[in-house]
Amino acid sequence: MFRRLPEIETAPNAAAQAVAFTIDGRPASARAGDSVAAALLANGVTACRNTPVSGAARGPYCMMGVCFDCLVTIDGTGNRQGCQVRVAPGMAVETQNGKREVER
Amino acid sequence: MSAPNPKFDFDIAVVGSGPAGLAAAALAASKGASVVLLDEQAEPGGQIYRAVTETPVRDRKVLGPDYWHGAELLGPLRDSGAVHWPGTTVWSVARPREDAGDGHRPIQIGLSRNGSAAMLTVRHVILATGALERPFPIPGWTLPGVLGAGAAQVLLKTSGLVPSGATVMAGSGPLLWLLAWQYLQAGARIDAILDTTPKQNWRAALPLLPGFLRSPYLGKGMKLMLDVRRKLTVIGNVTALRAEGDGALKSVVYTRNGTEHRLPADTLLLHQGVIPNLNLANATGCAQRWDGQQRCWRPTTDDWGATSVEGVSLAGDGAGIGGARAAEEAGRLAALDALHRLGRIGREQRDQSAVPVRTALDRALTGRAFLDTLYTPAEAFRVPADDTIVCRCEEITAGAVREAVRLGCSGPNQAKSFLRCGMGPCQGRLCGPTVTEVIAAERGVSPAEVGYYRLRPPVKPITLAELAALPKTAADIDAVFKH
Repeated sequence: MFRRLPEIETAPNAAAQAVAFTIDGRPASARAGDSVAAALLANGVTACRNTPVSGAARGPYCMMGVCFDCLVTIDGTGNRQGCQVRVAPGMAVETQNGKREVER
Repeated sequence: MSAPNPKFDFDIAVVGSGPAGLAAAALAASKGASVVLLDEQAEPGGQIYRAVTETPVRDRKVLGPDYWHGAELLGPLRDSGAVHWPGTTVWSVARPREDAGDGHRPIQIGLSRNGSAAMLTVRHVILATGALERPFPIPGWTLPGVLGAGAAQVLLKTSGLVPSGATVMAGSGPLLWLLAWQYLQAGARIDAILDTTPKQNWRAALPLLPGFLRSPYLGKGMKLMLDVRRKLTVIGNVTALRAEGDGALKSVVYTRNGTEHRLPADTLLLHQGVIPNLNLANATGCAQRWDGQQRCWRPTTDDWGATSVEGVSLAGDGAGIGGARAAEEAGRLAALDALHRLGRIGREQRDQSAVPVRTALDRALTGRAFLDTLYTPAEAFRVPADDTIVCRCEEITAGAVREAVRLGCSGPNQAKSFLRCGMGPCQGRLCGPTVTEVIAAERGVSPAEVGYYRLRPPVKPITLAELAALPKTAADIDAVFKH
């Protein structure tokens, strides 16, 4: 679980920096510059996928693009590294169940 | 900085925009070479100076002066004329077999930008791929809520996020203390730091202390540690760790002086040092060796950063861990040597220009042996028990690796075909060092003898759509139709 530092929440540009997106269809808010993985954590979503091998829940581990544990579906495309993609207004982020599906 | 119609031919490509890459690109371009700086992130800085241009953490005392030094590297880059391509993933570095028709065989770099792949032609490449956190395999380390300390630091730098709820930090090494100190400055909650530095490491490191007394890190490090120890609960001599929870982290179980204790935890931040991020160098064919002191593989380089592959140099932590300031100087040395190899400066000018750089590099590396020895991770955390997952992608345990050794597997590449260990999307980054150590311990030989994964491009996954976007030459089309 992560929270935003208060100095950022109360900064004069806080409202301008807000980015509206969805997590599994639910409305959520992040900050411009957040990666998708960070945006999920900021919204209390610690698990972003289940593994294809055992179905165990996983969340971001490295935040620098090397561990591939933060794979999610972004705007319909599966297996995106959430920590390497910046959250954008209107983005549809979905937690991923197992392997990337065909045509996703 | 980027041209609207990018060209795909440069004298030098620098891969990675941390301190080594920034310094190398700026120096090489300032001497008139055409330079492109390729980096996966949206902003320059690498991991150490991640988001230095745009971090929402404006209170400079939170991240500290060492972090803000990163901003000083950006001006020289801007003024140098180097082209910076952020958001670019390099997936291959290779020298084609046929020459370009003029007797030269330039290096080809496969990269992806904005959803399409492209090939870049360069005469020299400086890999500045930096470090990643050493894998820290403990039972439960795959649970959501368990992250690397470096990962947590990235969340702080890029997004101003700090843990909320019960937070435990565990492990060993400078970054753990630095992050704890940054959290203190930021007013974040830390319930406990579980220090896994083995007692005997102090004895081993003591003879190296005189060297460290001259280190630029001494004063800073001492102050930081004292500060953290004064204000936080630090539990030393931790010999075993376990993360527990059903689908998410609930508690951390640790052993101290033979007794088990349990702490509730929503977040566990693990760290036991950093190791070179060598996948690209390895896949490029650069020879590497086992470093017994830092207990990791490192690509073999000469004192200019040149590797075993002609036209490919390495600078910074990707060639062996030395820290950010050392990386900067190593980047400059690699740039000077590249300029010399390209005929832009003479040998004498190269050597003269390198004198002050080497002095600064030596200073930055002073006392490194003390830190390496003191923070060598305990064997229990390098060679985990049978029930611990070592390969996170394929969910392979240390026990399965040992069983494969008993069946006759002598190294990581055979273990791969027995177990799929190291064949997941991370391509061995999170299991390679552990697999080497587990096999070495099981066979009773040195890690050097066991070896490492033979990696192949692409070193990051690319989609068919990205590949299909590659411009095709007549030769490419002939290769398909005439064979």
